[in-house]
Amino acid sequence: MSLLKVENVSKRFGSLVAVSDVSMALQPGELRAVIGPNGAGKTTFFNTISGFLMPTSGRIVFDGEDVTTLPPARRVWRGMARTFQITEVFPELTVRENLRIAVESASGFRLRLWQSREESDTVGARVAELLQMSGLTHKADRLVGELAHGDQRANEIMMALALRPRLLLLDEPTAGMGDQETYDITRLIRKLHRDQKLTIVLIEHDMRVVFHLADRIMVLAEGKMLAEGTPQEIAANEAVQAAYLGKAAA
Amino acid sequence: MTPANFRKLAILGCVWALLILAPVWMPPLGGYTALGTRVLVLGLAAMSVNFLLGFTGVLSFGHAAYFGLGAYGAGFALKFLAPSTPLSLIAGTLLGGLAGALLGTLIVRRRGVYFAMVTIAFGQVFYYIAFQWSSVTGGDDGLRGFSRQPLDFGAFKINILSNADNFYYFVLFCFAIAVAVMGFILRSPFGRTMLAIRENERRARFLGIPIERHIWIVFTLSCFFMGFAGALYALLNNFADPRGLHYSQSGDFVMMAVMGGMRSFWGPLLGAAVFVVLQDYLSSVTVNWMSFVGLLFVLVVLFFPRGLLGFIRGKAAS
Repeated sequence: MSLLKVENVSKRFGSLVAVSDVSMALQPGELRAVIGPNGAGKTTFFNTISGFLMPTSGRIVFDGEDVTTLPPARRVWRGMARTFQITEVFPELTVRENLRIAVESASGFRLRLWQSREESDTVGARVAELLQMSGLTHKADRLVGELAHGDQRANEIMMALALRPRLLLLDEPTAGMGDQETYDITRLIRKLHRDQKLTIVLIEHDMRVVFHLADRIMVLAEGKMLAEGTPQEIAANEAVQAAYLGKAAA
Repeated sequence: MTPANFRKLAILGCVWALLILAPVWMPPLGGYTALGTRVLVLGLAAMSVNFLLGFTGVLSFGHAAYFGLGAYGAGFALKFLAPSTPLSLIAGTLLGGLAGALLGTLIVRRRGVYFAMVTIAFGQVFYYIAFQWSSVTGGDDGLRGFSRQPLDFGAFKINILSNADNFYYFVLFCFAIAVAVMGFILRSPFGRTMLAIRENERRARFLGIPIERHIWIVFTLSCFFMGFAGALYALLNNFADPRGLHYSQSGDFVMMAVMGGMRSFWGPLLGAAVFVVLQDYLSSVTVNWMSFVGLLFVLVVLFFPRGLLGFIRGKAAS
């Protein structure tokens, strides 16, 4: 059974059709890349999956349950997590505090006024684990707003991971990054996918990253689905080359 | 102990030492104990506004309504129910808090400027009710004919009506309880979700925090604190005034919080102290005292955007 099924989703803003009749079925453990030229509707498509926007029509089924109209927080409780194209973090809190809030939310402590010593220690241990994974341990007590862009991005991905998601949505994780940072993030995503068998949907402009990571690729153009297939199939697809890769190659 | 913890403890020690010894050090400096009581009460109100503003990032411009309701609640209890000071505090706190809980459900869906506007609108509704419904509220003259009662411990009574020091310590005790509860909430996992909402609503939402529900809870809690402060204010004056509900009073509270420093726990208390002392001193010199307070406010916002306490802390840290 597929973990996520998007059925004929459309999103209109007035007369503008941002996403038109797009469907997708995602197998557990799959890493799917969504590519397409600027303005293709990738982020809007993403927003309907994560609940940031409600689709105008169509259905979104997550793990057998219709989540089309559920608010974002409830989708998170069911196991969806996302990052944003423009990094969304808590800038005036430390890395540790950022992660702690995420871990506590995932542990269902959101409304708690107290924590036992054991609970607090468990949260602390999980935070330490996430810090380790991200390589931010030595910056744990710095304010996130003071960190380099790449570190902020890593912090955001770790906050999403703190939720122990079954589906991770990453919107251009390498946007605005240098080669080294892109490499680090790519390696991190690959690790999550290979080692933790995490199901991931990824919007990405960097074709090296896409072809390195993706099991399958979906191409959007002008809000419509242009093609879908393995990286080899997409690379060989003439319509895709014409609409997108051709331009990039030229 | 880390230096940061040590500093926090030192600040805490200083604040409480100053507050406990206020009746000793205030008179030689030209103050009087009742002035200190006023600082405590208005400081608690400013801290309640800041609970919402500084720690959740939500600006209410109508919080005086819940302050005023607290005052009227205390007044009604003393006048019509029973001559008991604790009962009046409970009545005021409940009236302010429950009104906040109810109206909060209508308000929390709005954001930013719209939130502020809706809070003003609801606040003014209460002002006009208190102003017009003279037979119950005393109208423009305010609610009179009650006074705070001695604290009855069975074996002995404490006179807080005519002994200013006793009343100061009673208010300080109430203040300490309210502030301890506030501090406790802020240090909890729930308190951290408040910071998360202040820092980045979108991220908080996508960490699975239902924003509207959490803002409603914080709004309601701050209204309970506000009602408590209002009840103390009624005991302080033996009088409840419709102007205590007016939006200009809300503005004063916001001003105290911003002037003292919204990001710091004690900032609003400092802001209230500056405000009250300036008002006390300047209003005996000129009727236009508010112009000077306003000028100071503008200067603080321009030059110390983190408020007076934020500025002092920055100096201490560097």
